[in-house]
Amino acid sequence: MYLQFISFWGGFWEALVNSRELFFEASQLTLALTAVSIFIAIFVGLFFALLKISNIRPLEWIANAYIYIVRGTPLIVQIFVFYYGLTNVWMISGFWSVSLGLAFHNGAYIAEIFRGSIQSIGKGQTEAGRSLGMSQALTMRRIILPQAFRRALPPLGNQFIIGLKDSSLAAFIGVSEIFAVATTQGANTFDYMTWLLVSAVYYLILVFLLTLVVSLIEKKMAVSGDE
Amino acid sequence: MAKQMIEVNKLNKYFGDNHVLKDIDFHVAESEVVVLIGASGSGKSTMLRCLNFLEMKNSGEIFIKGNEVNPKKDNVNEVRQKVGMVFQHFNLFPHKTVLGNVMEAPTQVKGLSKSQAKKEGKELLEKVGLAEKANDYPSRLSGGQKQRVAIARALAMKPEIMLFDEPTSALDPELVGEVLQTMKDLAKEGMTMVVVTHEMGFAREVADRVVYMHEGKIVETGAPKDIFENPKEERTQAFLSSIL
Ligand SMILES: Nc1ncnc2c1ncn2[C@@H]1O[C@H](COP(=O)(O)OP(=O)(O)OP(=O)(O)O)[C@@H](O)[C@H]1O
Ligand SMILES: [Mg+2]
Repeated sequence: MYLQFISFWGGFWEALVNSRELFFEASQLTLALTAVSIFIAIFVGLFFALLKISNIRPLEWIANAYIYIVRGTPLIVQIFVFYYGLTNVWMISGFWSVSLGLAFHNGAYIAEIFRGSIQSIGKGQTEAGRSLGMSQALTMRRIILPQAFRRALPPLGNQFIIGLKDSSLAAFIGVSEIFAVATTQGANTFDYMTWLLVSAVYYLILVFLLTLVVSLIEKKMAVSGDE
Repeated sequence: MAKQMIEVNKLNKYFGDNHVLKDIDFHVAESEVVVLIGASGSGKSTMLRCLNFLEMKNSGEIFIKGNEVNPKKDNVNEVRQKVGMVFQHFNLFPHKTVLGNVMEAPTQVKGLSKSQAKKEGKELLEKVGLAEKANDYPSRLSGGQKQRVAIARALAMKPEIMLFDEPTSALDPELVGEVLQTMKDLAKEGMTMVVVTHEMGFAREVADRVVYMHEGKIVETGAPKDIFENPKEERTQAFLSSIL
């Protein structure tokens, strides 16, 4: 038992060290998937959050339907729908169809995060802006959103981490990100456990870095005064 | 007769079934300082907010500088530039510095250049005695300082009318004086002001007219001396004796 553990650990360590170039490349793809999908998802989320608080019924319905669909269906189904839908129609790559699928998915959760943080900013802020002659749109952009964004950062950071981990589903449509490389290596060596653990190490490192970036942004924004 | 800056005829306002303003007739002449008093819930804030179209009237007419304003047709953003407002809870923008608060509307709404807005902003902060706080964030200020910044911020739009809704009610007693002093200075410069306040000393000293509201109606109006010393209406007497 003890010897088994030692030999497994030795094998794992060797695999981790020897495969580093392979996984560095895969990590870059994972990061690119995450960055692109989160970047788009922020705009998608903001857009639907604004629809939800628009007080215009049809627009609220559209936002609700979108959020309902995203929440009510498995992410893997959403990704495959984007993959088969988009690659057939526009001939875009697997990478982009997954990115858009993930953006579509995360956008719904980010919409709810933004809606909550926008509504948490007191009515007095809007009134102060409006009483100075600022239009509703200008007040939203200059007064409400900067504060709402700051308040949204902790839950957003959480959603970014979920997005990073969910990008592993890209493996199922042939994007060679971390999880895909790990399963390929596992199949080649008949040693899935070792390679899955290697992939886990890379995910942990990436999540650690992402958390660090988010907390740096939080600190930087906190300097500019709190209520 | 002096030029009327505000004229309100038969103003009615409902919140659902709650009839909050009942056939209000009200006017303010140029450079006049009018103090609104009345019990909690009598409609003072609602009245003030209707003048700024933060609340929409249900019926009646509102004239600002002689022009009737119909919020459905007219651009209320332009009207609001002439009518500054100061709130009980300051409502400073916490993500902007003191100077940033003051510069925001002139640059964003009027398109003033940054340098010009900065220059004017600093003058205004000087005027309210807070020049040295220009680069601080509001969270670092005392309540009295916050309220003076809020006044400077409203003045930055060069309004011709200023509305104050209980500007000192959220302040510690020792900070009330500095805000009232700023308002007195403003009155001396000839600003047209409508002030909701419980500071009767301020009303006596600064107001040209005191208006007493009760349950959505204007019950009595007159010079401070008359209202405070010889109130004609029983309800005014009852109210004054309850607060003095
Ligand atoms: N946004 C609102 N929605 C519903 N009812 C409201 C709203 N604002 C005020 N009211 C009601 O209108 C009435 C008048 O309120 P208002 O705030 O104008 O009184 P006030 O004289 O300013 O009182 P206070 O001295 O407490 O500030 C009250 O009955 C209040 O409950
Ligand atoms: Mg009030």
